[in-house]
Amino acid sequence: MTTHAQSLAVSSQRKGFLHWLWTWITTVDHKKIAILYLFGGGLFFLIGGIEALLIRIQLAVPNNHFLVGSEYNQVMTMHGTTMIFLAAMPLIFAMMNAVIPLQIGARDVAFPFVNALGFWLFFLGGIVLNTSWFFGGAPAGGWTAYTPLATEYLGSGMDFYILGLQLSGAGTLMGAINFLVTIINMRAPGMTFMRMPLFCWTSLVTSALILFAFPPLTVGLFFEFFDHIFHANFFNTANGGNGIIWEHIFWIFGHPEVYILVLPAFGIISEVVATFSKKRLFGYSSMVFATVLIGFLSFMVWVHHMFTVGLGPVANAVFAIATMTIAVPTGIKIFNWLFTMWGGQIHFTTANLFALGFIPTFVMGGVTGVMLAVPPADAQYHDSYFVVAHFHYVILGGVVFGLLAGVFYWWPKMFGRMLNETLGKITFWFFFLGFHLTFFPQHFLGLMGMPRRYFTYLPGEHFELGNMLSSIGAFGMAVGVIVLLINIVVTTAKGKRAKGDAWGIGRTLEWSIASPAPEYNFAQTPLVKGIDAFWKEKMAGNKKMTPAEPLGDVHMPSPTVIPFLMSLSLTLASFGFIFAANQAGKPHTGGLITAAIGIGLMLLLMLIHSIKDDHGFHIHKEEIMRIEKEAE
Amino acid sequence: MKRKWQRWFRLLPLAALALLLSGCGKEGVSALEPLGPVAKDQADLMLISVLIMVVVVLVVGFIYFYVLIRFRKRKGQEDYIPKQVEGNTTLEIVWTVIPIVLLCILAVPTVPKTFSLSDTHSAKKESALEIEVSANQFWWQFTYPKQKVTTAQDVVIPTDRPVVFKLTSNDVIHSFWVPALGGKVDANPGQVTTLKLEADKEGTYRGRCAELCGSSHALMYFNVKAVSSAEFDRWIKEMKAGPDQPASASAKQGEQLFKQNCMSCHAVGASQTNKLAPNLTNFADRKYIAGFLDHDKKTLEKWIADPSALKPGATMPARGASGKLTDEQIKQIADYLFTLSVEK
Amino acid sequence: MSGTENAGLQAIPNPEKATLEGKNKFLGFWFFLGGETVLFGTLFATFLALRDKVASGPSAHELFSLPLTFLSTIILLTSSLTSVFAILAMKDYKAGAMRLWFWITVLLGLAFLGLEIYEFHEYLGEHFGFTTSAFSSAFYTLVGTHGCHVLFGVLWISELMLQSYKKGITTVTAPKYYVAALYWHFIDVVWVFIFTVVYLLGILGG
Repeated sequence: MTTHAQSLAVSSQRKGFLHWLWTWITTVDHKKIAILYLFGGGLFFLIGGIEALLIRIQLAVPNNHFLVGSEYNQVMTMHGTTMIFLAAMPLIFAMMNAVIPLQIGARDVAFPFVNALGFWLFFLGGIVLNTSWFFGGAPAGGWTAYTPLATEYLGSGMDFYILGLQLSGAGTLMGAINFLVTIINMRAPGMTFMRMPLFCWTSLVTSALILFAFPPLTVGLFFEFFDHIFHANFFNTANGGNGIIWEHIFWIFGHPEVYILVLPAFGIISEVVATFSKKRLFGYSSMVFATVLIGFLSFMVWVHHMFTVGLGPVANAVFAIATMTIAVPTGIKIFNWLFTMWGGQIHFTTANLFALGFIPTFVMGGVTGVMLAVPPADAQYHDSYFVVAHFHYVILGGVVFGLLAGVFYWWPKMFGRMLNETLGKITFWFFFLGFHLTFFPQHFLGLMGMPRRYFTYLPGEHFELGNMLSSIGAFGMAVGVIVLLINIVVTTAKGKRAKGDAWGIGRTLEWSIASPAPEYNFAQTPLVKGIDAFWKEKMAGNKKMTPAEPLGDVHMPSPTVIPFLMSLSLTLASFGFIFAANQAGKPHTGGLITAAIGIGLMLLLMLIHSIKDDHGFHIHKEEIMRIEKEAE
Repeated sequence: MKRKWQRWFRLLPLAALALLLSGCGKEGVSALEPLGPVAKDQADLMLISVLIMVVVVLVVGFIYFYVLIRFRKRKGQEDYIPKQVEGNTTLEIVWTVIPIVLLCILAVPTVPKTFSLSDTHSAKKESALEIEVSANQFWWQFTYPKQKVTTAQDVVIPTDRPVVFKLTSNDVIHSFWVPALGGKVDANPGQVTTLKLEADKEGTYRGRCAELCGSSHALMYFNVKAVSSAEFDRWIKEMKAGPDQPASASAKQGEQLFKQNCMSCHAVGASQTNKLAPNLTNFADRKYIAGFLDHDKKTLEKWIADPSALKPGATMPARGASGKLTDEQIKQIADYLFTLSVEK
Repeated sequence: MSGTENAGLQAIPNPEKATLEGKNKFLGFWFFLGGETVLFGTLFATFLALRDKVASGPSAHELFSLPLTFLSTIILLTSSLTSVFAILAMKDYKAGAMRLWFWITVLLGLAFLGLEIYEFHEYLGEHFGFTTSAFSSAFYTLVGTHGCHVLFGVLWISELMLQSYKKGITTVTAPKYYVAALYWHFIDVVWVFIFTVVYLLGILGG
C-alpha cells in the first residue's frame, strides 16, 4: 500500500464508514473504478437473473398464472434490458478498466475524470431504470421497445427505459472514447500495435464500435422521448410517422451492440487460453485481422433483425449474404484458439474451464446464427424461441462465459487473493450444464411453433417437456451463481494471497507487478521487447521487466466528487422528465422545471470542472521503493 | 477424470434432442411438419443449413476433444515449456477458404428462394385468393375483397390455390404466423405487407401473433381452416346469406340486447368491415372464443362478464357497452351468439 | 505524468499538442466528433425519410426562405474563419488577438442563434409546431439539435475566454482552446449539410 492509501486507511479507521464510502465516490483510479463496475454490474446481473427465474417459473407449465399479461412483459423487458445494458456492458468495462492500463504498461487511462463519470452515469442510469418498479410499473415493451407500442400504447414505465438508458448509454460512450485514446496514445515504449495483447486489440475495436453504434441509440431514444413526453410524431402513423424508422435506428445500434458484447469476451478467451496452454496465441496477426473485420462487418448486417418487416427480397438477400460473411472471421478465431492449445500444456483452472466451455457453446450459437441468416427460413425462426436459444447461446455461452473466465483469471490481480478453485469448479459445472439444459430445448420449442415473449402457452401443443427442462436448467445456473457468491465471500475473508505472477505462468505485463496492483501500477514504465512481453523477459532469465525510465516521483490525478455530482444532476433531470410525462395532454410543468434544474446543475458543474485545475499529487520515489521492496 | 465427466454430461443435450425430435411438435402447429409448399421450401432450407452446420460442429468438436485429451497437463510436468508457435499460414488459408465455400453452398439456394418465396405478383396470375388482414390488439380481422365478405379470428381458405394475405395493423406492429403453412410477415400500422401461403390439404392450422404487441400478445391466436374449393365457395355464399333468425325466446331476447349493447363495436353481417371489434357473423362455427378460449356457453358468459380477466388488456368493456348487463341478460346474449352459424 | 510548468515558455511550438494530456484531448475530441457525426447522420436520415410527411401542416416549400437561410450560412461560415484566426494567434502565443477573434466568433454565433429563433417564431405563427406532423418533428429536432450545439459552443468559448484573462496561453490551456475551435468547425460543417439537405432540397426539390 502506498502512503496515500495508507493514510486513507489510517484515517478511515478514525473516521470509519463514511470516509471509506467517500474514497469510492471520489475515486478516479482505474483499478477502483474497475471494482465499482464489477460490483455494480454484478448486482444488476443478480437482479436480471432473478427476473429470469421468475420467467422460467411462469413458463414451467402451460396456462400458468404466476406472472401474466403486463406484469410478465415488464419482467421480461427488465430481464433483457438489465442483462445487456446493466450487467454485461459494465462487467466488460470492469475487465477493461482493471486490465488495459496494466497490459499496455500505463499508469492510468487517458481521462481518469471521464472514467469516473462514465461509471456513475451507468450506475445511476441503472437505478433510474429500476425505480420504475416502484412508480407505476417497469417498461413492458421488450428490450427492443418497438414503436408505436412503446410510445403510444404503454404507460410511464417506458419513460424510465428511455431516460435510464440515455444516462447509462452516455456513460458507455465516454468509456469507449477513454479506452480508444488510452490504447492509442499511452502504450509503453516498445509496445507497437502488433505487440499488444489481444485483449487490448478487442477492446480497441469494441470501443470504436461503441463510438459509432451508441449515437444512433441516443437519437432513437430521443425520438421516443419526444414522442412520448412531448407528443412528437416520429412514430405516430396518424401524422405521418413510421414505426419502422425505430426498427432501423435500433438495430443499427443493436447489431454492433452484440459484437460490442462479444469482442471483449473473445479477447479474454485469447488471453486465458494462451496462458493456460503455456503457449503464445496461434496466428496473432490473423486474430487481429479477424477482430477488425468483425468490427467492420458488424455495421453491415442490421437488417437481418428485420427480415419479416416486408422490406423486400433485394434488401433481404443482400443482408443475408453480409450476415453469412461474419461467420468467416469468427471461424478463424475458433480455429486459432484450438491451435493455440495444440502442442501446449492445458491447465484446467476454473478460468480455463470457462474458456473451454465457451468454445463449443459459442460455436453452436454461431451456427444457429448462420441458420438465421437465411431469410425464408428466418421467416419461421424470427420472434420464436429459436432466436431466444440462439442469442442466449452467444450472449450467455459467449459473453458471460468469457466474463466469468476473465473474473476468475484476473481476480488475483484486482483483489490480491485467489478465488477458491474447488468452489469455482462447482460453479462452472452447475452453470455450464444448467445453461445447456435451459437453452438447448428452446431451439426445438421455436421450431415447433412457440413464439417468444409469450407469457404462457396452451396445453396440447407439445411445448410442455421443453419448457420444463428449460426451467429446471435455469435453477441449475442459479445454484452455480450462489456458489460463486459464497466463493467471493469466503476468499475475501480468508483466501490465499496472490503473488504478482499469480498463476506462475503469466505472459503479459499485468503479471509483472504485485497483486493487487500498487496505486501507481508500475514503479518504472517497462520496456517492451515483443509479444507477451513478460513471458519474453522470463524466458530470457529475468524476474522483472527491463525499465524504460529511471525511478522517480509519480504524478497521480486527484480524487474528485464532481463526476458523482454530475451524474446526480442528470439523474434529477431524468426524474424531472419522467414525471413531466402526461399521456393525456401537455407535459407537467413541475417535471419540466425539475429537469431544467438538473440540466442547469450539470452545466454549472461542467463550468466548475473547466475552471478548477487539478494539480494532482505525487507519490515520492522513496515511497515507491519501499512498497516495491515490501511486495517482494 | 474431468474429461470423462465432460463427455458423459455432454450427452444430456443430445438426450433432450432425441426426446424432442421424437415429437417434432404437434401437427398443424409445428414448422417441422410443413403442410404447405411455402413451409416445405422453408423447411428444406432449414435442413440444408442444419446439415452444413452439423458438419462444422463435428469438425470443431473433433479437434476440440482431441486437443483437450492429448495436450492436457499431466502430473510431474510442471516445468515443461511447450514450443511457442507463431502460426501457420497454410492452416489460416484452409480455415478461411473452407467456411467461405460452405457459405457459398448455403447461399446458392438461399438467394433465389428469398426472391421466389416473397413473390406475390406471379401468384396473382395463378388466380390466388386475396385476403386483407387487419391486426388489432388482440384480435384479427379478415376481409375477402373480391367476395366482399368480412370475418374475424377464423379464416377459411381453399386448398387448391395460393392465398395472398395483405397485412396491416390498426394499432401497433403485430406479426402474422401460421407455422405449419409458412413463415411470418409483420403487420405494420400505416402500411400493407404481403404474405403468400398455401395449404396442401384440408385441416385446421393454428396461427399466432409473433411480434410483442401488449399484455395479451400471448393470447392473440387465430385459426386457419383449409377446405376444398367447392366447400370454400359454398362457405362464401353461406356467409353472404348470413345466419338464420334466432328461434328460441332467449336467443331472440339476446339479439335485442346485442343490438343495444354490443353493436357500437361488433357487427353481424359479412359485409360489415372496419368495426372496432370482431365481426361475429359465424361466431357459432368458430373453434375458439377470443382466439383461444373453449368454445362453450359457460366460457362465453364468463368472457362477456369480464373480458380482461381472461385476456389481460382486452379493450372490450365488462358487461357490455353500458357495463350494466346482468347475468341473465348475458346468458341470453350467449344463447343468441350461439345461433350465429352459417354452415348447414 | 504531465508537464504543466510551461507558462511563459513561449518557445514551445504547437502548445496544444506539447503534452501527453494535450495529445489525449486532441485525439479524444476527434473521436468524440466521430460519434457526433453518426449522431447527426441518424438525424439526417430520419429527416430525409419523413420530409414529405406533412400531415395537415405546411411543407418545406411553403415555409423556408432562401435569403434568411443564406444569411445564417454566411454568418456561421465567417465565424468558422474567425475561429481559425483565433487558433493561429494562439499558436503564436498572442493572447489578445486570440481573444479578439474568439469574441467575434461568439458574436457571430449569437447572431446565428438570433436569426434561428426569429425563424422558428415565424414558423410557429404559420402553425408549424413541433407536434404538427412527422416532418415538423424531424425538422425541429435536426435543426434544433444543431442550434443547441451552437448555443453550447457559444457558452463554452465564452467561458474559456473569460478564464484566459487570468490563465493565458499555456500547454495546459492551449489544448482546451484548440478543442473548442474544432467543435466550432464541426457544427459549421453540420450546418452546411443542413442548409443543403433541409433548406435547399426543401425549397428547390419541392
